[in-house]
Amino acid sequence: MSFNEKAVIMNAGEMARAVKRMAHEVVEANKGVDNLVLLGVQRRGVPLAKRLGEAIRQVEGREVPSGALDITFYRDDLSRLGPAPQVSSTEMPFDVNEKIIILVDDVLYTGRTVRAALDVIMDWGRPQAIRLAVLVDRGHRELPIRPDFVGKNVPTSQREIIKVRIKEIDGTEEVVVGEVLE
Amino acid sequence: MILQRKDVLGLEDLSAEEILGTLDIAGRFRAVFDRPVRSVPIMRGRTVVNFFHEPSTRTRISFELAEKRLSADIVNFSTVDSSFKKGETLRDTAENLAAMKIDMLVIRHSSSGAARYLAEVLKCSVINAGDGAHEHPTQGLLDIMTMRQRLGDLRGRKVTIIGDIAHSRVARSNIWGLTKLGAEVTLCGPPTMVPGALAKLGEHVKVEHDLKRAVADADVLNVLRIQLERGAGKAFPGNREYHRMYGITGDVVRGLKPEAFIMHPGPMNRDVEIASEVADGPRQVILDQVANGVAVRMALIYLLSGGDPGALAGGAQ
Repeated sequence: MSFNEKAVIMNAGEMARAVKRMAHEVVEANKGVDNLVLLGVQRRGVPLAKRLGEAIRQVEGREVPSGALDITFYRDDLSRLGPAPQVSSTEMPFDVNEKIIILVDDVLYTGRTVRAALDVIMDWGRPQAIRLAVLVDRGHRELPIRPDFVGKNVPTSQREIIKVRIKEIDGTEEVVVGEVLE
Repeated sequence: MILQRKDVLGLEDLSAEEILGTLDIAGRFRAVFDRPVRSVPIMRGRTVVNFFHEPSTRTRISFELAEKRLSADIVNFSTVDSSFKKGETLRDTAENLAAMKIDMLVIRHSSSGAARYLAEVLKCSVINAGDGAHEHPTQGLLDIMTMRQRLGDLRGRKVTIIGDIAHSRVARSNIWGLTKLGAEVTLCGPPTMVPGALAKLGEHVKVEHDLKRAVADADVLNVLRIQLERGAGKAFPGNREYHRMYGITGDVVRGLKPEAFIMHPGPMNRDVEIASEVADGPRQVILDQVANGVAVRMALIYLLSGGDPGALAGGAQ
């Protein structure tokens, strides 16, 4: 999908500060880090979950385990075509039963990815609770899903696209908004 | 898209990229088996028909499990309890199935080319689960997956296939797949079962009738089943003679490279093509093959249904 980049809405410093604030909010809402685990949605949710974990460690001085969730086999659009294959996998380095899971993704849009992610988690066990943390909430939900922790709310039109770039994957660190080119 | 095709009829048709892409996805499905819930919902509402026109236990169960673990709706039928007994033709049976709106047909048939014939007639996807002496692509893929788990890249690796190569669809699918991935294949067995002309199948295919020489520098031995039920017994004097000359015994295994391993597509004729000592020994990977079989079948069914893991990267928002 090609798009015309319009503006940078978060730079590296703003992204880091947003993650730090979310870390404080997670610790406060959870009253500590007991039973807490982080699960990033492939692909950009995974490095974001690691960063959130590191920020929480700096606040609380305790490690919070972090895993990765691949939702490919839980999608609701099997026959739609997409770009070149990207193989990623689920890494669940802990037992999810009775845990409080913070699900982490880069952008929250229709909510369909989160819906699929919830189903994946349920197939691994029965957590005590699942909370949702996203770096950017751009609105336009198609399902009754809302985030618990948000880095930045960005009102968008449906013709726009939000691109989160993460150093580990994209080489740069920024959030940009663009217009989809027909 | 990893597979841009309607059907999978044989490994002869697939490119190296298609084979490797399918095996990558199969690896991801294998990871699903280790979870408490061993199925994923991606094929919900799709219908797959397993049409077995020849006895099969392992392949049929493996396909069934693969389909169930993808949450597809499945229908099984075999010739034993179908209208074939009433004289209906293959095409009529298949067209009746298609009229009932199925998404995929898995076919096992005793005639070479049966799968291709149905693929041309039907609009739905067709997967060949073994046709006569032609191909058995899912067996080929699971064999290659098992080899790659142990050896990694197969380029330059030496695979020796032992048995009735001339009548074996497993051998043919192995040969096509392995040579596309750059492996060197040696075919071994009595000359009645391994005609020298088989070496013409590829630049990196050779025929060696002496077992000792055929396995000396092999990384893998793929030991085929002697198909006694197909009259294989006519090609050699007797089971004991076959075992003595081509059976994989403890002595043969002790002469192999230390890291070489033994595969067998099953079901085994113990103490004919493979000694019990070897079949139960530490060098065989037969149960890995069985587990990988379900995963490669899941991958093929998923990919032929339009599954595209790339959609994740682009459309996740």
